[in-house]
Amino acid sequence: MSDRKLRIMVAKPGLDGHDRGARILARYFRDCGYEVIYTGCHQTPEQIVEAAIQEDVDLIGLSCLSGAHKELFPKVVKLLREKGAEDIVVIGGGIIPKQDFQYLYDQGIKEVFTPGTPLEEIKEWIDKNVKVEDRIL
Amino acid sequence: MEQERLEQVFERIKNGDVRLVSRLIRNLEDKVPEAKEVIKYIYPYTGNAKVVGITGAPGAGKSTITDFLISSFRAQDKTVGVLAVDPTSPFTGGALLGDRVRMQNHAGDSGVFIRSLATRGALGGLSAAVEDAIHVLDVMGKDIIIVETVGTGQSEVDIMNNAHTILVVLTPGMGDDVQTIKAGIMEIADIFVINKGDQPGARKLYMDLMRALDMMQDLPGGWKPPIVKLESIAKPAEYANQVDSLKEKIEEHFRFLKDQKMWELREMRKARVQLINAIESQVLSPILELLQKDGEFDNMVQKIAEKEISPHEFAEQIRGKYLKI
Repeated sequence: MSDRKLRIMVAKPGLDGHDRGARILARYFRDCGYEVIYTGCHQTPEQIVEAAIQEDVDLIGLSCLSGAHKELFPKVVKLLREKGAEDIVVIGGGIIPKQDFQYLYDQGIKEVFTPGTPLEEIKEWIDKNVKVEDRIL
Repeated sequence: MEQERLEQVFERIKNGDVRLVSRLIRNLEDKVPEAKEVIKYIYPYTGNAKVVGITGAPGAGKSTITDFLISSFRAQDKTVGVLAVDPTSPFTGGALLGDRVRMQNHAGDSGVFIRSLATRGALGGLSAAVEDAIHVLDVMGKDIIIVETVGTGQSEVDIMNNAHTILVVLTPGMGDDVQTIKAGIMEIADIFVINKGDQPGARKLYMDLMRALDMMQDLPGGWKPPIVKLESIAKPAEYANQVDSLKEKIEEHFRFLKDQKMWELREMRKARVQLINAIESQVLSPILELLQKDGEFDNMVQKIAEKEISPHEFAEQIRGKYLKI
């Protein structure tokens, strides 16, 4: 009998040390019963993607408060595709202007959550949209 | 799983297919039945990797030491696999796996594979999947496998059955000299590491440890655990040098195990525990599942809680029903 557990990576790309939000989410996801991989600040997209693959996560939550989200978030999606790991869902959060949302969706970021979002809303979204894909070995 | 697919999976592990390996480890953690079949198939090809265990209190510096050890082994062109264990919440089943925070310097290096695991209820400092995950990394061709336990207290000693060489990481300021002669984790060290050795109390800790080691009566094969002092990552170059000498001690211990024919003893110790674990998962787990499925388990719990029937009596009944002994 198997016992699947969702694995989520919370990562902060780029030169941005504001990790309060990322830590609140990491802790919240822990309390939701998920396994959370937290990798800290100042990550390159390459580091994030490599870690996500080694950790076999189902979801990457990117947090960015530096304004570089239009550069960094799509880069993560692009690298995942290059590595054949496009099944890993990517969502983003942080200080992100509304007018950037569509661009990010177009680049493959599945959802964007900004400050003030109730945590439960994020959990609901995850439970609805992220499943453990039973990839054949 | 049919033979042909097992062969394919085996080939892909050997060729270092990271996605396959990480999913296989996931499937072992999630107890997907076909994952065990893979282990059965690859088992005869294991036994090439050298396994280093790192244990010690939370915050002692296990992940940082692991990070520097990776670099030190990589400088010699040895490939490295890391299994880093953090605790699962006993309340929610969730976990926050944060050991990678300290292991950032190896991105892009295909000679390094790092995986975080949650304990999922195991109490010995590891996760039940570690044993098999070691086999997978072994077949993947990793020369060195570093297993980092959860932050331990005094008695989580499961690592001794999963590693060839065990490092116990201590830091100054954790108690008096009696702590150094207690049973449990202090007994399993092949190498003691004093981390944060620039902090007050490091010298005292060193002396306490020395005295404790002097009291040790019988040293198997004559190995007296050396004490390696590491200072501060505020001085990264010096710290790296100190970790290099730690790596040399580890290699010295590998050589000692081989020369003194102790390697085989460790393998036997490991095999014994693996067999017990396997019997448990093949015999005990199915019975528990059966009991839980039809609600019998909950009924028993109820009667035990109400002091009507003792757990031992139930256990005897269950043995009579399922085991013909």
